[in-house]
Amino acid sequence: MTTAILKQTGTTAAKTPAARKPNRSFVHGILTNKKSLAGMAVMLVFIALALLAPVLFPGDPSRITAMASLEPSAEHWLGTTAKGQDVLALTVHGSRSSLFVGLTVGFASTFVGILVGLASAYFGKFIDEALSLVTNVFLLLPGLPLLVILAAFLPPGLGTVILVLVVTGWAGSARVLRSQALSIRSKDFVAAAVVSGERAGRIMFREILPNMASIVMGTLLACVIYGVGAQAGLEFLGLGDAGTVSWGNNLFWAGNEGALLTGSWWVFVPSGVCIALVAFALALINYAVDEVTNPRLRKIKTPKDTERSASK
Amino acid sequence: MRFILRRLGFYLIAFWASITLNFLLPRFMPGDPVSRMFARSQDRMQPEQIEALRKLLGVDDRPLWEQYMGYMTNIFTGQMGVSISRFPTPVTEVISSQIGWTLLLGGTALVIAAVVGNLLGVLAAWRRGGAVDSALPPLLVFIGSFPYFWLAMGALYLFGVVLNWFPIRHAFTAGLEPGFTWGFIGDVGAHLVLPALTIVLVSIGGWMLGMRNTMIATNSEDYITMAEAKGLRPSRIMLRYAARNAMLPSVTSFGMGLGFVVGGALLTEVVFAYPGVGYQLLNAVQGLDYPLMQGLFLTITAAVLLANFLVDILYVRLDPRVRSN
Repeated sequence: MTTAILKQTGTTAAKTPAARKPNRSFVHGILTNKKSLAGMAVMLVFIALALLAPVLFPGDPSRITAMASLEPSAEHWLGTTAKGQDVLALTVHGSRSSLFVGLTVGFASTFVGILVGLASAYFGKFIDEALSLVTNVFLLLPGLPLLVILAAFLPPGLGTVILVLVVTGWAGSARVLRSQALSIRSKDFVAAAVVSGERAGRIMFREILPNMASIVMGTLLACVIYGVGAQAGLEFLGLGDAGTVSWGNNLFWAGNEGALLTGSWWVFVPSGVCIALVAFALALINYAVDEVTNPRLRKIKTPKDTERSASK
Repeated sequence: MRFILRRLGFYLIAFWASITLNFLLPRFMPGDPVSRMFARSQDRMQPEQIEALRKLLGVDDRPLWEQYMGYMTNIFTGQMGVSISRFPTPVTEVISSQIGWTLLLGGTALVIAAVVGNLLGVLAAWRRGGAVDSALPPLLVFIGSFPYFWLAMGALYLFGVVLNWFPIRHAFTAGLEPGFTWGFIGDVGAHLVLPALTIVLVSIGGWMLGMRNTMIATNSEDYITMAEAKGLRPSRIMLRYAARNAMLPSVTSFGMGLGFVVGGALLTEVVFAYPGVGYQLLNAVQGLDYPLMQGLFLTITAAVLLANFLVDILYVRLDPRVRSN
C-alpha cells in the first residue's frame, strides 16, 4: 500500500515540469528520437509509392505483359509471375490496398476503443461492468478462427474485410485505453470539471482524451500493424477481396501458383518484405513513443547499472 | 475462492456469447448457406439429415426463441450434426480425431517459446545494454514484423524443398502405422520441427520483451538492493528474487498463449498441411461445411476458455494478493 502511494507521488512529481507544455515536449521527443525518425522515413516512402502508383505504373497492374516466370532483369526489375504479370507493378500497386485497409482498420478500431474506454472510465459502475465484460469476451474469443468464420458467412468484398478486422481488433485497444482513462478520471481537474457542470461529452473528449494522447497514438500504431498483417493473413487464406491487388493477394497467388515449388522466389519475396517493413517501421515509431513517455525505458545508465558493470 | 467463482462466471458468459454468435451468424447473414450447401451434396444426403441441417442452420419455420432453445440443447448434449465435406461422419468425430495434433503442435511451440523467451528476457534485463539486450530485441521485433505465413512458407522452401532436411507436409509419413513405436514417434517429431520452429520464431520476441520490461521494474525494488547488500550470489538474486516476481505477467500471457495455440496455429497448419483443427476449419470454410465450421469454432473457443480458467487457478496459487481480495 505504501509503495503504491510512493509510486504515485513519484510519478506526479516527475510529470509536473513536463505538464506545462506536454504536447511540445512530446512532439520534440518524437522528432529527435532516432527510432521514430527511421520509422517515419520508411512510412513516408511507402505512402509516396502508394500515391504515385498510377503514375509510376500506369494501367492495370495485373495485366499480362511478358513471358511467365521471368527472373529479375533490367526490363522487369522484380521478374514476372507464373501468369506473366510484372511483380514490381503488382507490389507497388499492392501498397495502395494494404495501406488503405491497414489505416482504415487502425483508425476505426482505435476510435471504437476510445469510445468504449472513455465511456467505461467516465460513467463507471454498471456501464463500466457491462462494457468491460464485452471487451474481455472479445479479447478472449480466439481471433483468427473468429476472423475466418465471419469472413466465411459475410459476402466477400473490401467492406467485409474491414468490418471483420475491426470487429476482432477493437477490444485490445479498448482495454488499454480504459485503464489509462480510469487513472485520469480520478484526477482532481476532472472532478472540478464535473462539479462545474460540464457536459459528459465535453469532459470525455476535451478534458480526459487530450491527456492520454500518447497512449492513443501507441494504440493506433498497434492497430494499424494488426490491420495490415491480418488483412494479408485473410487474403492468404483466400478469404479476402479477391478483386483487388494487394500484398496479401499477391502472396495468395504466389502460393497458389506454386511460386516457391518452382523456385520463383522473386514472386514471393517482395510483398512479404513490404508488409514486414511497414510493420517494423510502425513498431519503431511505437517504441519511440514508449521511450519518450516512459522514462524507465530510456537508455540512461542508473547508478545501479554502472556499479554492476564496474564490479564485473 | 470468490475470485475463482467470478472468473468461472465470466468464462461461462463468454462461452454463451460464442454459442449465441454461432447461432445468430447463419440466421442473420445475407444469402442462404443451406441452399448453397445443398447444391453441393444433395444427392448424398438423406431427407432426415437435410431436415436436421435445416434446423441447425435455422432454415425452418419455428419462432426464433424456440430454435435457440433447441440449438442450446443440441450443443450441450454434444449433437453438432453431420459433416458435409466428410459425409456422413459426425462433426464431433471429425474434431476429436484432429484436436490432438493441434495440441501437440501448439503445446510444443508454446512451451519452447515461453521458456526460452523468458530466460532471454531475464538475461537482457539483468545485463542492460549488454549483448543480449542490445542485439536480440530489435532482431526479434524485425522477424516478428514479417507476416507469419510468409516466414513459414520461406522456412518450408528453404529447409524442406531446397535443403530437404525436414518433411514439408502432414503430421506423419503416409502409410506409417500410428502407434507408440520409436519409428512413428521419430517420424512425428521430424514433421513437427518446421511448423513448431516457425511459431517459436515469431512468438519468442513478445515473451522476451514482456519479461525484460517487467524485470527492469522489479530490479529497482528495494528487496533486490537488500539481497545485494546481503551479499547473495548474482545468479541467485537474478533467478530467485527478481525473475520469480517478474514471472507473474508471463503466467497471464501463458494463458493467452494457450488460446493462440488452439486458434492461432491455423496459419501454420494451413502452410504445412498439418492435420489439426485450424487446417480443418479452413477446409470446412472452403467446402461450405457449415456444421463442421460451427463445431470447430465452438471447440476452439471452449479449449481457449478452459485453458484460461486453469491459468487463473494457477495464478491464485502463485499470487497471494489475489486470495486476500
